[in-house]
Amino acid sequence: MNLKNLKAKNYIWAIISFLIIIMPFIVSVSRLKILGKSLALGIVALGVDLSWGYTGLLSLGQGIFFTLGGYAIAMYLQLNSSIGLPNFFSLYDVKSLPFFWEPFRSTYFTFFAIWLIPGLLAFLLGYLVFRNRIKGVYFSILTQAALLVFYNGINSQQKLINGTNGLPTPNTKLFGYLVGDPTTQKFFFYITAILLLLSYLFCKWLVSKRFGRILIAIRDDEARVRFSGYNPVVYKTIIFTVAGILAGISGALFTVQADLISPQYLLPPFSIEMVIWVAVGGRGTLIGAVFGAFFVRLFASLVSSAVPGAWLFIQGGLFILVVTVLPQGIVGWMNENGPKTLLIDISLKLDNFEKNFKLLPLPLKNLIKFLVKKSLTFSKKSITYPKLDHAGKEEVEL
Amino acid sequence: MELFVDILFNGISFGSVYLIAALGLAIVFGLMGVINLAHGELIMVGAYSTFVTQLLFKEPFLKPFFGSYIIVSIFVAFIFSATVGILLERLIIKRLYGNPLETLLGTWGVSLFLQQFVRSFSLSFGTSVIISIISGVSLKNIFPKSIKERFNEKYIRLSNWIIPIFIGILSNNFLATNIPRIRRPDSRLVDVTSPKWMRGPFEIYGESFPKTRLVIIAITVISVIAVLIFLNLTEWGIRIRAVTQNRSMSECLGISTKKVDTITFGIGSGLAGVAGVAVSLLGSVGPDVGQLYIVPCFMVVVLGGVGNILGTVLASFGIGILTDIFASGRLLTLFPNAPSFVFNTLNFFSTSSMAVVLIFSLIVIFLQFKPQGLFPQKGRTVE
Amino acid sequence: MRISRRILAGLATASLAITATSCGGGSGSASFDNEITVGILHSLSGVMSISEKTLVETEKMAIAEINAAGGININGESYKINYFVEDGASNWPLFAEKAGQMIDAGYPVIFGGWTSASRDAMEPVFESKKGFLYYPIQYEGRECSNNIMYTGATPNQQSEPATDFMLNRSEAAGKPFFLVGSDYVFPRTSNSITKAQLKAIGGEWVGEEYLDLSSNEVGPIIAKIKKALPRGGVIINTLNGAQNVAFFKQIQDEGITPENGYYVMSYSIAEEEIKTIGPEFLEGHYAAWNYMMAIDTPASKTFAKNYKKFTKDPDAVVADPQESAYNMVYLWKAAVEKAGTFENAEVRKALVGTTFDAPQGPIEVMPNHHISQKVRIGQVNSEGQFTILETSDDIIKPQTWNQFIKEDKGFACDWTDPVNKGQKYKL
Repeated sequence: MNLKNLKAKNYIWAIISFLIIIMPFIVSVSRLKILGKSLALGIVALGVDLSWGYTGLLSLGQGIFFTLGGYAIAMYLQLNSSIGLPNFFSLYDVKSLPFFWEPFRSTYFTFFAIWLIPGLLAFLLGYLVFRNRIKGVYFSILTQAALLVFYNGINSQQKLINGTNGLPTPNTKLFGYLVGDPTTQKFFFYITAILLLLSYLFCKWLVSKRFGRILIAIRDDEARVRFSGYNPVVYKTIIFTVAGILAGISGALFTVQADLISPQYLLPPFSIEMVIWVAVGGRGTLIGAVFGAFFVRLFASLVSSAVPGAWLFIQGGLFILVVTVLPQGIVGWMNENGPKTLLIDISLKLDNFEKNFKLLPLPLKNLIKFLVKKSLTFSKKSITYPKLDHAGKEEVEL
Repeated sequence: MELFVDILFNGISFGSVYLIAALGLAIVFGLMGVINLAHGELIMVGAYSTFVTQLLFKEPFLKPFFGSYIIVSIFVAFIFSATVGILLERLIIKRLYGNPLETLLGTWGVSLFLQQFVRSFSLSFGTSVIISIISGVSLKNIFPKSIKERFNEKYIRLSNWIIPIFIGILSNNFLATNIPRIRRPDSRLVDVTSPKWMRGPFEIYGESFPKTRLVIIAITVISVIAVLIFLNLTEWGIRIRAVTQNRSMSECLGISTKKVDTITFGIGSGLAGVAGVAVSLLGSVGPDVGQLYIVPCFMVVVLGGVGNILGTVLASFGIGILTDIFASGRLLTLFPNAPSFVFNTLNFFSTSSMAVVLIFSLIVIFLQFKPQGLFPQKGRTVE
Repeated sequence: MRISRRILAGLATASLAITATSCGGGSGSASFDNEITVGILHSLSGVMSISEKTLVETEKMAIAEINAAGGININGESYKINYFVEDGASNWPLFAEKAGQMIDAGYPVIFGGWTSASRDAMEPVFESKKGFLYYPIQYEGRECSNNIMYTGATPNQQSEPATDFMLNRSEAAGKPFFLVGSDYVFPRTSNSITKAQLKAIGGEWVGEEYLDLSSNEVGPIIAKIKKALPRGGVIINTLNGAQNVAFFKQIQDEGITPENGYYVMSYSIAEEEIKTIGPEFLEGHYAAWNYMMAIDTPASKTFAKNYKKFTKDPDAVVADPQESAYNMVYLWKAAVEKAGTFENAEVRKALVGTTFDAPQGPIEVMPNHHISQKVRIGQVNSEGQFTILETSDDIIKPQTWNQFIKEDKGFACDWTDPVNKGQKYKL
């Protein structure tokens, strides 16, 4: 990377930080919440990128950890801002607090519960699954099944945790401040931005060491890593746990800005959607995950306001796009000189077309000539992105 | 004894829905290793084509045969879903073989697309798109050899698609003018009404069984037998198994693996369509009907052991019987005097949703001990 | 296709507007002094879009009717109503998000919601931002917000008269009751009211079952019904949308039919649902609503006719939720005209006591932000319509705090005196 690029990068970072700092003062609170939520989702996307982009573990159950984090904070808020039981219990004739609510009275417990409970669960699930060498798509299907277990479990328990309706937060109080209040929301926005930055730096540190290279090695050829004397189970479990913790934190931050945590976040589409953020941004590039989450979400809310229903077409199209023509995502594409390559392709095609048909007016002809000349000066860089899963078809002997 | 019969019948009837829904997946996933998350939407295509067939049979010229529409719709659903499936295979999945995770994401995209397609476009339009594709493919084979040989020439190929498009437009006009209900895009649920002879209970030896469930069990049994015969006794079936066992060797021996892939995928998708018929008889048909079945289907296939039809059969009946035992609270009836702690726990799990929780958890735990499912594939791997 | 239709519709209205202006208003088409934009927030995509789209259509129709009749008239100035439609996408948190945006955008009123979950998600937003939501669906009661106007029925305007009818005057009178519902707050609350009521009026209750919202497998529940009601009885059904289809198809197969002495009373089956499930599965079963399409009055017939014309669908049906959505637009108009301003605080004061000649007959807004209306019991006939068996003699006042629930007994809500009687006070 040359100096010029570095400078440009610094400018971009300065602009982004400046925007984040002034944002609460220039947009309305409801828009700020949307931005804050998108930032919070960046944190869960980092986890997805670590586990899928780097290690090749496609978890379709990140929603579990996300929702657990959200429920932890919502239960704490509900308990600490109502006298006696939270309001909704009276709807179902519940007289005494279910036992698992009890610890959430404590601020310290909740502080740890937000990330420790998802982390522990991810550790347990991950350890068992990886130890038994369940991998690839089996892992994905299993996590999806686990997701549905949690969905059905929470969704059907009206009496324990308000089931389908979920737990609302805006009328609750955090340390005496109303959560739905604009000032509190601005505070949450900054907290989210700071935590996103910290998580990003942590992940960056994690993958920059030898550890990160082993992760990529596991993704590309797990058997070879094992034969080299490393134990992939340890690495995979650690990474899945970290992803779970990040999801928990993200869920908690998301919930206080979304006004509500509900079992809808446990439905499969939400967890698979996380993958598309990372895929569009660029798997295996942390910054791509963050930007992917932020912009895809923003774009989604714009499109679905303008033309309801169109978003599903676009989302479906994005999935197909990132697996067929753009596997490296936008950031990966930029890093590999994608725009230049595209320009070369187009100009060569146009040149070819012109040679065949000779229809274009002179100025255009000259432009094409110029482009071709220019493009021949920088050679076409090959796409080096490694395929995620080598074609390891099992051989069967009967 | 009566309880036993109840559990067995209900278990088999729940299980046969899982089985027919998962059968196509067992072939696509089990034999080809393709994770098709759009399988649920292929079921939906089958269910919608049942609906359209039913409406056609309500037209005056077919009205006398209304009772038999369900049999016709099985074939229609098979062909329609298979067409959509083959299209999907040719356009997308073909590029992703050997990349299961990519396939998973790509097919999920397709499933979102298909769901929104039926919401945004009218059924008459959707039907005619499929009809024109079918006619386009089949016309090619009807032409005399002299023309067929020149098919690779651009203009003939082009003109070959003009006729199907024309057929599509005609059928769209026909459907839209004759059946007003499918003229406009509509995301509402639609009704599939089974013919009179299929409704109500069927009584034998003092026990009564719902006829619809019996019909579904029959459809399932016939489909399973047909699949087994196809795979074991026909030439293409043997080719499919050969490719499953060793792709490169089969290719060396002159089997066109491309063709085998397409045929296998088509059959798997067609079976999803047949499942759509069954599903439409039981409940509502809507754009997201497939989403209800997709995860259970995968669980059935994984539990049964990939690539093993028998395992799929046992797994789905097992899940069906467990569903009945847990969700209908059979254990409470069997052990009314259980200690209160056990009783309360059983009671807690005796709803449909908690039964799902319990059964899925059991499957996840089971797979910890037998990661390859009930009937693991024999063979050696890199591991 | 949908998009292109929209564009076409847009072009059509644009060209209409051009012709209207070129006529110079001479043809009697209204010209307005001013404009006001209201918000409409329903699910246009996702599971609930099936039901909620019909409400959007009805609300648009009501707005079009009001505009055609000269718009809203405040202090001699006429206002044309424009609307802005947002998609809640069957996603409760999204409802809260969009509601916040719409209030911030300055819409004086928002018509929206269907599920209790979406209303509960929006309620804190409307309360903290001082917005105003009009909610058109019959619901479980037990809440009374100063920022919500409820135009659907409370339990005492639907389930209580229905239970009374089933126990005393239906074809299954005196038989035991079994309660079936989807697993969420409305069926749970409704059923606990029904149980308490049965205890009070001497009915027998033999079981209660809930089906998770994500499941369609009604088999186990039917097995339980057969066991609990071996010789027929009353089934009170509060299942939701798609689950109703599976339920009614499969109970018929299992012989749970009116001929065998089983009668289902449903609180969520209206004309639209009958069409979806098919009348052959529902014939002979009951439902209770405030409005039914079969009501034989000129107002009701005009409403149905106009709706068919508005949607350009000769097979379209109207049902209670749509009528309720239609009424709420008119009630808002009346309140605004009475208040003489779009200011929420003033409109809220003017709202109480507002009356409207609805398709179902006269209705009036009560101090608890609910409306008083009549109740009708209908039996499904082979044409897919209700045969109305009973219409309550009196106009029934809404009880937001239900008198059959222990904690709520003796409480009421009165927003004309928000300090002492707002939300919940002891009578």
